[in-house]
Amino acid sequence: MALIVDKHRPKSLDDLTYHDELSKRLRSLAQCGDFPHVLFYGPSGAGKKTRVVATLKELFGPGVDKIKIDARVFQTSSNRKLEFNIVSSIYHLEITPSDVGNYDRVVIQDLLKEVAQTQQVDQSAKQKFKVVIINEAENLTRDAQAALRRTMEKYSPNLRLILLADSISNIIAPIKSRTLLIRVPAPTHDEICKVLAASAKKEGWPILSGLHKRIAEKSKRNLRRALLMYEAVHAQNEKVTDDTPIPDADWEVLLGQIATEIVNDRTPARILTVRAQLYDLLTHCIPATNIIKTLAFKLVDLVDDDLKGEVIMFAATYESRIKEGTKMIFHLEAFVVKIMKMVEEHLMSVDM
Amino acid sequence: MASFFDLKARKAAAANGASSSAEKKTTENPRLQPWVEKYRPKTLSDVTAQDHTVTVLQRTLQASNLPHMLFYGPPGTGKTSTILALAKELYGPEMMKSRVLELNASDERGISIVREKVKDFARMQLTNPPPGYKSRYPCPPFKIIILDEADSMTQDAQSALRRTMETYSKITRFCLICNYVTRIIDPLASRCSKFRFKSLDQGNAQRRLEDIAKLEDVVLEEGAVDALIRCSDGDLRKAITYLQSAARLVSATAGGDDGDGDKMDVDSKSITVKIVEDIAGVIPDATIQKLVKAMRSRDAFRAVAGVVEDMVADGWSAGQTMTQLNQAIIYDETIPDAQKNRITGVFSEVDKRLVNGAEEHLAILDLSLRISKIMAGR
Ligand SMILES: Nc1ncnc2c1ncn2[C@@H]1O[C@H](COP(=O)(O)OP(=O)(O)OP(=O)(O)O)[C@@H](O)[C@H]1O
Ligand SMILES: [Mg+2]
Repeated sequence: MALIVDKHRPKSLDDLTYHDELSKRLRSLAQCGDFPHVLFYGPSGAGKKTRVVATLKELFGPGVDKIKIDARVFQTSSNRKLEFNIVSSIYHLEITPSDVGNYDRVVIQDLLKEVAQTQQVDQSAKQKFKVVIINEAENLTRDAQAALRRTMEKYSPNLRLILLADSISNIIAPIKSRTLLIRVPAPTHDEICKVLAASAKKEGWPILSGLHKRIAEKSKRNLRRALLMYEAVHAQNEKVTDDTPIPDADWEVLLGQIATEIVNDRTPARILTVRAQLYDLLTHCIPATNIIKTLAFKLVDLVDDDLKGEVIMFAATYESRIKEGTKMIFHLEAFVVKIMKMVEEHLMSVDM
Repeated sequence: MASFFDLKARKAAAANGASSSAEKKTTENPRLQPWVEKYRPKTLSDVTAQDHTVTVLQRTLQASNLPHMLFYGPPGTGKTSTILALAKELYGPEMMKSRVLELNASDERGISIVREKVKDFARMQLTNPPPGYKSRYPCPPFKIIILDEADSMTQDAQSALRRTMETYSKITRFCLICNYVTRIIDPLASRCSKFRFKSLDQGNAQRRLEDIAKLEDVVLEEGAVDALIRCSDGDLRKAITYLQSAARLVSATAGGDDGDGDKMDVDSKSITVKIVEDIAGVIPDATIQKLVKAMRSRDAFRAVAGVVEDMVADGWSAGQTMTQLNQAIIYDETIPDAQKNRITGVFSEVDKRLVNGAEEHLAILDLSLRISKIMAGR
């Protein structure tokens, strides 16, 4: 059974329920034939991908829905073989270069040239160019981004890129200069409520505005998360009312407990157990950034007003080291130690 | 269903005459090109704002001699366009292929390629132009190797170039192009005449944009050109892309309102400052002011955290937030200089973190709270 996040995903620009202005803009760009390269950015769960797929449909028509997935093998200059999945229709293909980590440049170089040098199969295609969608563009290495530069210019008669990114801080200036940047804001609470109500109608669920509102707030304007929560509420309860509790993700509950323990039990023994717990989260593929960020926001609720700013400062410091370093657990642990020390010193100064 | 990579289908399609004529149509029909490509300078004299470079190059065109060259400067200032235009003027369409080799960052350019492909091309004997051709194009007796985006070449590959450059300098000239001149190793840089491409100045950029607007039949409201230039930091390519997007936007809204879409209501069809700023991702002043106000409020943590959370959810990029917040604070005369000095340090640190991939929400929240603390005199 498909999840409602997928099942109820709008398929065309007309079906999109929020950011009407933006939809209008995309339609006019798609209808003109001189569609530029585009970079969509905005927070996770704001509906970037849905909007891109809808735009693609506006460009080419229903043919873009017939997709297939191929595994392709690329060879690096050191003769390493990389296997890589490509989703494609006859008009477009979609790749996630960060799947191959530091070898993303090889994939970009080979694949884009190949696409650019072949013709549109469908003679009656609405556009003469093909589209390559690049997911998680914020994770592209510098080399891969450099490899895109001239390709984007040289092959522009045959090829358009649509890049998707959560943030554009890591995108190099020459790439930003070659794309039209399109910001996709997260939906507001009201807009999320509307989407939830529409899904409820389709599923035959009761429309509970109180519940919808609570979900919207708890989701922090992340529509994907909101829909997943909504489905979870219905999966876990026979009868859903306005007051049905909304379950937290396990790892968030755990981080809440860890935060309390850090503040209350500032001992070397505690550091050891916390370290093991954090390590466990990492091995369950919770990204270190999510861990430190969630932990920081839980801590902020527990400490004195004077200390809140410092918690954020330490979190930001160690989060940036996570990005620069390689041993994530070191920085998580260092963060924990800093917080314990900070709380300890604060208590002593108050005592005196 | 034909697959994207079904080569047979592609070959069949290619064999089918229709496709090649369709192909031609794309190149013939400039309406369908993104404007940056459509308005790429075709000749040296088309290149705007790089007067010094253009003058020097035009002189070499007449003298039919050329040093090795190094072009450097920020994105979208005309480096690639200039060398391509120069090559075209030197050799004309027929000789371009045999005389010019263009390699860019999308090509494999490791040390082995430099040793083989570049060297092979460099030492290749010159072919002669067909009779009569020289009266139209100078066709000087050397080839050009363009290494575009050279800053992404490894040091090793660059060193391997040194010898090649010297050995075949009689029949081959190199043109290296990059954004950051410091990424080119000294021994290479010192062998080249350097040409700096400046960010486009107001006047030149304005003229170019207005020309394009006229050719495309779009109307710009008073101040809209300034906004285009301001929002693109001297990067003409960016400015042109914004212009195109804005033009599409207004033509769509105007067309939707009244069916026949005649130029009845000129106002609704012209590009406004607001549209430009919108497209460029400029944060409304009110939002920045709200953030500054939150920093100064009594319960600063809660206020700042709230505003920052909203800004992040609204997708405002961290870079843009930093730029505009910095402006707002530097020009705020109520903030003492001593505080401003400390605040500058915070900006510098957070900027570096962001470029290294730090999470934007934490980074911006940290920045704002630290500024708030400094302004509170703590
Ligand atoms: N000096 C200029 N005169 C006229 N048009 C320009 C100029 N500079 C840039 N443009 C416009 O911007 C586009 C990109 O320019 P170009 O490719 O030459 O930039 P570049 O300097 O090579 O940038 P990058 O460093 O990103 O490779 C051109 O197609 C043209 O439309
Ligand atoms: Mg260039």
